[in-house]
Amino acid sequence: MGLLGSLFDYERRRSKALAAGRVVPDSSRCVQCGICSFNCPLGIDVRAHAWRGEPVNGGHCITCGECVARCPRGVLRFEQIPHSLERILSNTF
Amino acid sequence: MARHLIIGMGAAGFSAAETIRQHCPDATITLVTEEPYGYYSRPGLAYLLTNELPQSQLFPRSEQELDRLGLERVTGRAVCLDLQARQVVLEDGRRLSYDALLLATGAAAVPPPFPGANLPGVVTLDNLDDARRILRLARKAKTAVVVGGGITALEIVEGLRAQGVRVHYFLRRDRFWSSVLTPEESRLIERRLTHEGVQIHYRTEIGQILGKKDWRGRVKVAAVETKDGKLLRCQMVAVAIGVRPRLELVADTPIQTDRGILVNERLETSVPGVYAAGDVAQVVDPLTGQAQLDVLWPVAVAQGRAAGANMAGVPTVYRKGVPLNVTRLAGLVVTLIGAVGRRREPDGDLVTIARGDSEVWRGIPDVLVVHDEHEINRQRLVIKDNRLVGAVIVGDQTLSPLVQRLIAEQVDIGPILPALQSPHVPIAEVLRHFVQNGR
Repeated sequence: MGLLGSLFDYERRRSKALAAGRVVPDSSRCVQCGICSFNCPLGIDVRAHAWRGEPVNGGHCITCGECVARCPRGVLRFEQIPHSLERILSNTF
Repeated sequence: MARHLIIGMGAAGFSAAETIRQHCPDATITLVTEEPYGYYSRPGLAYLLTNELPQSQLFPRSEQELDRLGLERVTGRAVCLDLQARQVVLEDGRRLSYDALLLATGAAAVPPPFPGANLPGVVTLDNLDDARRILRLARKAKTAVVVGGGITALEIVEGLRAQGVRVHYFLRRDRFWSSVLTPEESRLIERRLTHEGVQIHYRTEIGQILGKKDWRGRVKVAAVETKDGKLLRCQMVAVAIGVRPRLELVADTPIQTDRGILVNERLETSVPGVYAAGDVAQVVDPLTGQAQLDVLWPVAVAQGRAAGANMAGVPTVYRKGVPLNVTRLAGLVVTLIGAVGRRREPDGDLVTIARGDSEVWRGIPDVLVVHDEHEINRQRLVIKDNRLVGAVIVGDQTLSPLVQRLIAEQVDIGPILPALQSPHVPIAEVLRHFVQNGR
């Protein structure tokens, strides 16, 4: 495999890893300070997800981990997307 | 059309307003607030001080979301209750009528008790204005003295360090937050503070704060004199020695109070139609019959929701959950759940309850305590009658959700008690194995 091929392979594996994980809040720990939303490079309102106790789903989140790392109260964590949901997402996008 | 009046726009007041709106699309909901800012995250002020957040980010609801709620906002200070006329009187003389009233006035910092405490440059931290004042003073101050205990004192200490101010932190006794933390946990926090450049002075108390005229003739903080006579030059002094529920509004009314406003399990005070929730409320726990204070944000939200539902005519019993607080102390995430306190060990640095504290944490007698003490990631479990009743988790939080569940569901952990008590046992492993395999 040439350089281009290995790069392509790396990107393919990376996208697959991204699609398999998502950010999940534990709303009982959240005090709505907004550090998560402030640090999201894509402008996702992570705080609103945390308030509703909903995972950050959808195609926008690149699971970069900024919100998970910056939250001062350990509200957010990565979770493996359940297999069936992963399939639905990969069909959608 | 029912008129709902809410005094206070913190976590409890705002949650109540949202809940009333869910149940009553047409009701008039009026919120009276002394601050001009609207609803913001009070715990977020700590991160405003550390430059992790700009002020604009503190507001969890957009203007459009607030518009959709259709709340009437009144900026002013409620000074008197006219329970006969069902009216609240504001400082400027306005009278607001209500059918249901919620008192969500919160708690306020205990004023500094030393001579010189009214000098410009002496601060406490209750609200956004206080945080802005601290930031303004920090821009000019080289050195600050911080006194007090609990979470708020450290929020100020760490905020001032982030602003580049040299910080002297006075502790009246031997260690930090002795009413909640063990000596080892206190030491861990103190070591990290020292590493961050904070100078901790043990067994040190302020005797008086001294002022000096500046070139414009205004007197400002110039130094503190300790009780043992030492002088320390500083340009600001921050004090966090506890908070008290704000009861001014109910003084001289038939509404019953103790340390806070006493409410039943529907958050209703002794006067029908008048409710209280959040830091100001002292809620009777139906299980123990005791009325306790919680100065905790999630508790305020839950109480606000229950009070709002009751005001909207939907009978709702507030079930006091296991109090939980997650905070960051000297850069470490710390989760406190349930009865973790040191059995009524007095805290030299706090004269009342601290913000982010719960009276439930003052320990219960005859408990078994097991520790897993790594250098940074530590767990402490408090066990009574084969059940987990409290836990402190410092650093790595992977175990927190599991422990929260074991405490909330009062799971019998009898089968693993011998394992938990053996020396050098990895608590996390034992608990995980127990949850997966039941032993």
